[in-house]
Amino acid sequence: MIAASRPVQRPPDARLLVITGDGEIAHAARSALADFLKPGDLVIANDAATLPASLHGVHLQSGAPIEVRLAGRSSLVREDLRFSAVVFGAGDWRTRTEDRPLPPPLARGDRLALGPLVATIDGVLGHQRLVALKFEGRADAVWAGIARQGRPIQYAYLDRALALWDVWTPIAALPVAFEPPSAGFTLDWRFLRELRRLGVEFATITLAAGISSAGDPALDARLPFDEPYRVAATTASEILQAKARGGRVVAVGTTVVRALEHSGGRSGEGVADQRIGKGTRLRVVDALLSGTHAPHESHYQVLRAFQGDDVLFRAGAALEASGYRTHEFGDSVLIFSTGPSAGTDTDRFVCDSVLPAKPVLAALA
Amino acid sequence: MDTFNDLRVAVTGGTSGLGLALVGELRRRGARVAFVARTRERVDRVTAEQPGSHGIVGDVARKEDIHRIALQIGAALGGLDVLVNNASSLGPTPLALLADAECEDFALALETNVLGPFRLTKALLGALTASAREGRGAVVLNVSSDAAINAYAQWGAYGASKAALRHMSAVWGEELAAEGVRFLSLDPGDMDTPLHALAVPDADPATLKRPETAARELADAISAALAKEHA
Repeated sequence: MIAASRPVQRPPDARLLVITGDGEIAHAARSALADFLKPGDLVIANDAATLPASLHGVHLQSGAPIEVRLAGRSSLVREDLRFSAVVFGAGDWRTRTEDRPLPPPLARGDRLALGPLVATIDGVLGHQRLVALKFEGRADAVWAGIARQGRPIQYAYLDRALALWDVWTPIAALPVAFEPPSAGFTLDWRFLRELRRLGVEFATITLAAGISSAGDPALDARLPFDEPYRVAATTASEILQAKARGGRVVAVGTTVVRALEHSGGRSGEGVADQRIGKGTRLRVVDALLSGTHAPHESHYQVLRAFQGDDVLFRAGAALEASGYRTHEFGDSVLIFSTGPSAGTDTDRFVCDSVLPAKPVLAALA
Repeated sequence: MDTFNDLRVAVTGGTSGLGLALVGELRRRGARVAFVARTRERVDRVTAEQPGSHGIVGDVARKEDIHRIALQIGAALGGLDVLVNNASSLGPTPLALLADAECEDFALALETNVLGPFRLTKALLGALTASAREGRGAVVLNVSSDAAINAYAQWGAYGASKAALRHMSAVWGEELAAEGVRFLSLDPGDMDTPLHALAVPDADPATLKRPETAARELADAISAALAKEHA
């Protein structure tokens, strides 16, 4: 595939590869996405806004320049100022992450000066680049400091540096994602209006999407990190209603699959810590709109929960042969699962939950 | 008032005049308030005077500031139910005939009074529509002026920009009604504020409305719009 090197969220010529439940493959314009939906379906997107998670500064013990990339967090609470982070040595995004130097040796208690921010290292997480850190100061001051000092995590394959507005999806709301939930780039308000006209419902979840790649095989093998999320009561209710009427739940992005499958579609907050891949029995999601992923990417594993490897192999060959564009600003794939999600049986769906009971049964009344 | 209990509200231009009065009024009614203004010292002072409020330093007329402001509003309040686009620029000061106005001064009025509210509303639309979907309601209040409708000599830049803001509110409202976001464009009247003093230095304050009075009226209007949403 070809790297999409221009950061345009919705290029008019964006393409869509569709994999039907039967494993058939079709090519379409992404602008025709709604043609593949039916009245009664429910489209669910991740409305997390993206933080400027890349912070340049200095490791105070050594004086060495560093780049900190905030990568994970254990809750969505504003006062929670503890993050996991990937740390690089000198240099910037124009160098591929694979070629970036290691940071100076980091140890618990070390302090990092990041513009107006100061962070303390809470621990090194089994890799020289991966640390737990905590920002010092009051929450408002820390968020103001991140807003001022931070830049979006950048990509070496792009032709220019990204600004914050380049990485916020049109529906971006709570600022908790570390990299953009980029499947949401496909959404615009005209499309949401079209869904309504077609009788397709729309809802959102919020999941603090972590980093997609750290440029280091040992770290990348640990992706995705745990990701906190929230499912609103109204979204859980929409899911129950869609299941009850036989509509399909279409996730916009792998982060939505992770949140919904972790929660079982129920409302509340949680931390998605599971991996989704071959053999995962999908309980909630019936289809996924995602980017074009290659087999070595962690996101590709999610596709294996929807279709067998033979179908995915044929789809990959079709993407290559037809010159689809890849990465955050690339073309899209809409993949339907081979069978209905396990949750279609409403009774079992309601009982089969990982979260404390907080049912939204009114929707079924 | 119950409609304001735990309501998440952001106000631009929150350290003087009507904006400052609104921050106080909304806080008294139980809302959680974030406010935006350009000067750090004034933001810090108002934050200290209004404990529990969230002060954000930023200039809505600067494109580079918009997403940083939106990020801090989202982080401070965890979402947004009401946005009040209150920060305003007169254009040339002292006021000038249009024929005497500098283009740059006109541009500043447009950046502050039209493009700023457009950009900030757009950046916060995800949060506002999420609130609407969750049944909390969503309201954008754009502070207007009678100069948006009537032609007053020397108020050309301000009046033209406020007319554009008023029309933009109407189109936003038309387009986003189905998403559950209501748009209000309200004229608070001639008030005893620093902005008015800049425009009409020799006005008798006794003839002007107190900003606290206007703030109460605007808060009532927000409350009514939210109640209509829930009806």
